[in-house]
Amino acid sequence: MRDVSIIGLGETPVGEHWEKSLKDLAGEAIQNAIKDAQVERVDALYVGNMCSGTLNGQEHLGAFIGDWVGLRGVEAFKIEAACGSGAAALRLGYIAVAGELADFVVVAGVEKMTDRPGDQVTAALAMASDGDFEAQNGLSFVALNALLMRRYMHEYGVHHKDFAPFAINAHKNAVGNPYALFPHAVTAQDFCTAKMIANPVNLLDSSPVCDGAAAVVLCPTALARQFTARPVRIRASAAATDSIAIHDRRDLLGLEGAALSATKAYGQAKVTPKDIDLFELHDAFTIMSVLSLEACGFAERGRGVRLGTEGDITIGGQVPISTMGGLKARGHPVGATGIYQVIEVALQLREQAGANQVRNARLGMAQNVGGSGATVVTTILEAVE
Amino acid sequence: MEIARHWRLQRHRYALVGEVCNHCGEKIFPARDVCPQCNAPAKTPFTFSGKGEVYSYSTVHHPPEGFEHFAPYVVALVRLAEGPLVAAQLTDVEGEKVEIGMPVEMVTRRIRDDGGKGTIVYGYKFRPVIVPRASVDAKSASV
Repeated sequence: MRDVSIIGLGETPVGEHWEKSLKDLAGEAIQNAIKDAQVERVDALYVGNMCSGTLNGQEHLGAFIGDWVGLRGVEAFKIEAACGSGAAALRLGYIAVAGELADFVVVAGVEKMTDRPGDQVTAALAMASDGDFEAQNGLSFVALNALLMRRYMHEYGVHHKDFAPFAINAHKNAVGNPYALFPHAVTAQDFCTAKMIANPVNLLDSSPVCDGAAAVVLCPTALARQFTARPVRIRASAAATDSIAIHDRRDLLGLEGAALSATKAYGQAKVTPKDIDLFELHDAFTIMSVLSLEACGFAERGRGVRLGTEGDITIGGQVPISTMGGLKARGHPVGATGIYQVIEVALQLREQAGANQVRNARLGMAQNVGGSGATVVTTILEAVE
Repeated sequence: MEIARHWRLQRHRYALVGEVCNHCGEKIFPARDVCPQCNAPAKTPFTFSGKGEVYSYSTVHHPPEGFEHFAPYVVALVRLAEGPLVAAQLTDVEGEKVEIGMPVEMVTRRIRDDGGKGTIVYGYKFRPVIVPRASVDAKSASV
């Protein structure tokens, strides 16, 4: 297997892009990434996306986007793994380059969610769960997270307000990210009085519906220096799964897919959680941040909220998370999120994170989750010295 | 419309029929044909009692398309007496009255409808266990 590095980054601002279509967004991100990498040849294009069929009336995104960005003729596929689609596409790009089947691969993630009314978006997102036994019983995706959060609060005796630091941290960090959807601070008071969506999950527990696209260019590390002074090496790439339905989990609050995926990634990189300088986790809901931190070994079971209340998750803390706003405040254009996360880790490792720079960041981890933990892709990145 | 899809699920939805693993005895709902505990084939039908208790709950204020006129409605994970968790709506109870551990029982109710000409889908919901009048009297008599 070859060592693989990221040599180009491209993203669009996350927003409600009324004037831009799915292909406009994807095209912008891909062209930015190719320009950043200065490559003249692309061997494959993998596009992560969840909802283009249901929300945009367009499938076959590999050929569709490839044609739009001037890559006609190149191998191109859409990769779908619900909200984990972006990192799943990255994983396949990694496999292609590491496995010597391609040298230059563009991996994009794109989601265009705002063309449809809210109830249709809610129904489309619920397709990430078990259609017959969760979605068809009226359980929205938010409701599934609410069931996890309610049980967590019950088992560990924590209160809803204890989750506030996760929203506050994400919003604070979004202020320094020019691509973030919500670059404004929120307070504990805002958190406690936000509109209820599915008790106990309120608006400030939840990531927003929005549009966005992000792309990276991969190549063998041995060639990377020819294209950029600051390649970012993929030290680990690991995917795992769990039951699709939360009622079928062996351990409801254990997020076993995340634990399995992270453990594999630590093994590949030969590191432990202590070596990770920042962690872009999948904070689609505040409860997911807490469960992810516990599953990935940053906190003991039932102690994840304390990383928030004690300040460990901030940029100067022990395990900085959501350093550019996270899904909560940068935004969560679902199929694009996994690529945004990896770009943000890469910016930190390239020391290009501006006001949000984590000092001496050498090793960063991104974890993208599909559904409520059924698909989990963990990527560990390292600055190439 | 998806008529065949709903028709195929009749036994699950109307009678809470799952499966039992003949190898390890695990009771399985919903049916999955492979035992989640021991990975042995498990295709023997098993009818659940419909009794259970609330394991977790929430109230949905922003429903998916197809559920708009039920909102707000209460959803729960119910721990069935035979073991498995099931995701379902609660009925005949206000969200504020629900507690973890509350005994519930399965009833058949309208789950969704797809407009005037669409399918009406029926299935299981769970309601707080109704204590029969006689047993309430017997209990108060013994005090």
